Amino acid sequence: MRHLLAVFCCYFAVFSVSVQANEQTISDSQISTAVAPSTSMLIQQLVEVKLSKSLPLLERLEAEGGTELLPLFKTLLEGRLYFIKSTKQVVAADKTGSDYQLFDLFSGETLGMMNKKQIKKIRVNNKLRVFLRGAIARLDLKHPDADKRLAAVKALLTSLDSSTLNTLEAIRNTESDEHVLAMIDLALALDLSRSPIPEKRLAAVTVLGDSLESDSRNRLNVMAESDPDTQVKQAAEVALKKINERIEFYDFVDQLFFGLSLGSVLLLAAIGLAITFGVMGVINMAHGEMIMLGAYTTYVVQLMMPEYIEYSLWVAIPAAFVVSGLFGILIERGVIRHLHGRPLETLLATFGISLILQQLVRTVFSPLNRQVESPLWMSGSLEINPVLSLTFNRLYILAFALLVFGLLLLILRKTSLGLNVRAVSQNRSMAKAMGIRTDWVDAMTFGLGSGIAGIAGVALSQLTNVGPNLGQSYIIDSFMVVVFGGVGNLWGTLVAAFSLGVANKFLEPVTGAVLASILVLVFIILFIQKKPKGLFPQKGRAAE
Amino acid sequence: MNQLMRFTRLHGDSKVAPFVAVLVILTALASLGNLLMPQDSIFYVSTYTITLLGKYLCYAMLALAVDVIWGYCGILSLGHGAFFALGGYAMGMYLMRQIGDRGVYGNPELPDFMVFLNWSELPWFWYGFDQFWFAMLMVLLVPGLLAFIFGWLAFRSRVTGVYLSIMTQALTYALLLAFFRNEMGFGGNNGLTDFKDILGFDLQSDKTRVALFGMTALLLGLTFITSHKILKSRMGKVIVAIRDGESRARFMGYRTERYKVWLFVYSAMIAGIAGALYVPQVGIINPGEFSPLNSIEIVIWVAVGGRGTLIGAIIGALLVNYAKTKFTAIMPDGWLFALGAMFVLVTLYLPQGLMGLLQKIRGDKETAKPVETTQAQEAKA
Repeated sequence: MRHLLAVFCCYFAVFSVSVQANEQTISDSQISTAVAPSTSMLIQQLVEVKLSKSLPLLERLEAEGGTELLPLFKTLLEGRLYFIKSTKQVVAADKTGSDYQLFDLFSGETLGMMNKKQIKKIRVNNKLRVFLRGAIARLDLKHPDADKRLAAVKALLTSLDSSTLNTLEAIRNTESDEHVLAMIDLALALDLSRSPIPEKRLAAVTVLGDSLESDSRNRLNVMAESDPDTQVKQAAEVALKKINERIEFYDFVDQLFFGLSLGSVLLLAAIGLAITFGVMGVINMAHGEMIMLGAYTTYVVQLMMPEYIEYSLWVAIPAAFVVSGLFGILIERGVIRHLHGRPLETLLATFGISLILQQLVRTVFSPLNRQVESPLWMSGSLEINPVLSLTFNRLYILAFALLVFGLLLLILRKTSLGLNVRAVSQNRSMAKAMGIRTDWVDAMTFGLGSGIAGIAGVALSQLTNVGPNLGQSYIIDSFMVVVFGGVGNLWGTLVAAFSLGVANKFLEPVTGAVLASILVLVFIILFIQKKPKGLFPQKGRAAE
Repeated sequence: MNQLMRFTRLHGDSKVAPFVAVLVILTALASLGNLLMPQDSIFYVSTYTITLLGKYLCYAMLALAVDVIWGYCGILSLGHGAFFALGGYAMGMYLMRQIGDRGVYGNPELPDFMVFLNWSELPWFWYGFDQFWFAMLMVLLVPGLLAFIFGWLAFRSRVTGVYLSIMTQALTYALLLAFFRNEMGFGGNNGLTDFKDILGFDLQSDKTRVALFGMTALLLGLTFITSHKILKSRMGKVIVAIRDGESRARFMGYRTERYKVWLFVYSAMIAGIAGALYVPQVGIINPGEFSPLNSIEIVIWVAVGGRGTLIGAIIGALLVNYAKTKFTAIMPDGWLFALGAMFVLVTLYLPQGLMGLLQKIRGDKETAKPVETTQAQEAKA
């Protein structure tokens, strides 16, 4: 039986070599369907040897075989490698129910079901696992994809032995990708740093000092503390200091990014409030609930198109704008219009509306938080270096906020609605005298402001869970932004949103999140003392 | 001239004496009903009802505090819950110290939550709270001081209208966040609770409950009379003038910000007293009292009753809270709908509240109307 199998394997090996020769490409799916006969003999021995004798066998396998062995090592590492008792055939197996589903090791074809008694697991211990991980990484070094190779070298950094180093040095000559090359140099330098010759260690320190990887930092730490040679020790200390300075800088950039991200959310939330407050002089306490409605619209859109989550956001943005905008117009026409010139009453009435909307959402959707799925292109992060990575969703929201800001600016500058809005916000009675339908402008402004709040809700749904209280906390923050920036000035809102966001994030590590928001609050209260009209006050008689 | 006429009308017909008399008689009847009547008598008033009434009266006092500044000075404070809660915490700290070694951990010096947090000694701001007089002083001083600092900063730089309202809301929101922190030393999330006795009297006994209830009614009556006197005085006239035309009052030479600050401080102190009376009756104080929703609810009590009338605020607080108790028992989900609708309907259709409606029914339309028009003009300008 074994004989037959060997012949079988032999046939496939010849076949695979010809395939490789023709196509000149290797990739995971195209790895030869079988292996060379001598290798397959070795694989077969796995079935028989004891656990303690497996290691030399695997080492021989690695030495003789190539990338085609990857599936074998991977299945073995995952503990999915079995052999069939009757035929001694080595297979991969997954437990499904009480039986096992068998797969061919190399082609991945299913080989039918077998029960527990017909197969036997090929066991591994920790020592073998360590070896397997290294072997897999070493094999991955030959992968055509540069990212895979980089990851492989990275994985090897913690377990450098002589065979790995030999492989790395061999690869270094053929490697063309500079990132991979730098990583290989780092690995070699890590080894060099353990050399008994001080000059070599000194050379290693210069290489290690250029890297931000945690392994090189750890090594430098050790060297700075306990290297026998004072010169090396000093060099390591200097290098470490340089690294720490760089890390501090990147931490700063990271915090700045988080601050800008918070600022972009604040901007989206506040900008709608800024124009309604600027034009009508009333605070819409239900503004936060407009944000919440936008977030729930995103949720409902996703429920309606579960197969197209990737595109759901493109539907959700206009939908949220329309839903929140309509609610805004409804509130303006139904309530606020009747309270004209009584800003405090407007505040109370809109607060009542916000309570009703919150309870409405609780009744319709349940008081529990809802999870909105992020499309694939929004997840993940942009890795700039080992200590700095920017998440895509925050990046996109930052860009989106700026885009919305730009669009709004364009509307206010270039359209007739914008002209009317600016006229009414500067001098209502004069605008009315010039024939502007202030009623209509009010309704449109309110619709626009609420619609933008709805869009802010779409953005927020990508960052947090969606719940009935989502918008509640934003009304105070948004108002602070508007007040800080100066009423009726969009640029002021922009500057205020980002500076408050950044200030908040920079205070947070020093004082804690709660105290940071309190401090920002106190700062604004004090700020109004000095500049009651905000950073960029409107000029002219109308502002008084 | 018009304003002066309105002012005299507003105050000339406010019925202080009858109202206080009604308050005293009802309080006495309820107390006697609890202490003297047998349990099966129809005149028996249960201790639960007494406590509930006591709670309502605390709310009424709080509403009075808001009415003094909103109704008479036009300062819409959305943060009066903060002063109420601060007064409550001052009383709560005294009550905590009274527990002594009867707590779960039996520490004679430290309250339970501090033992739980592994604190070894009492923080400095807890010193003195084992003395009743000191705690009562703090009930007045802490809210008063906060109101003074805030008011001084805000009124001096002429922060008014919507700005001021949101600022007060931000103030209570900041305090809410701060008091939720365990490190603040006020029991964090759970607040202060498990009180045993006050001045040596058991808090659970009927007599103490009735006494607290009586005390609340008494202080409500006192603050009502005092507020009425203040607002009827020369200072009160200036305050109403500030409400109706602050710039004009300033041009006439009045330092309007000083009047506003002192009225704000006075109002905050009443709120503090209300909080101090509230805590021993409900048996707990926690950061939830600082929530902006609580503060804004007070405003709706005043709005329902009718602002600028004092009596209206008290009646509004009693009515709305009674409705809340009934409503939450029947359909808990519906209360927020009802509250929200109340905000909208009262501001739209009942700007002068129930008192205004009452006057309208009496045909005394002139009194109710002018307040509205001048204010509207002021806001438009």
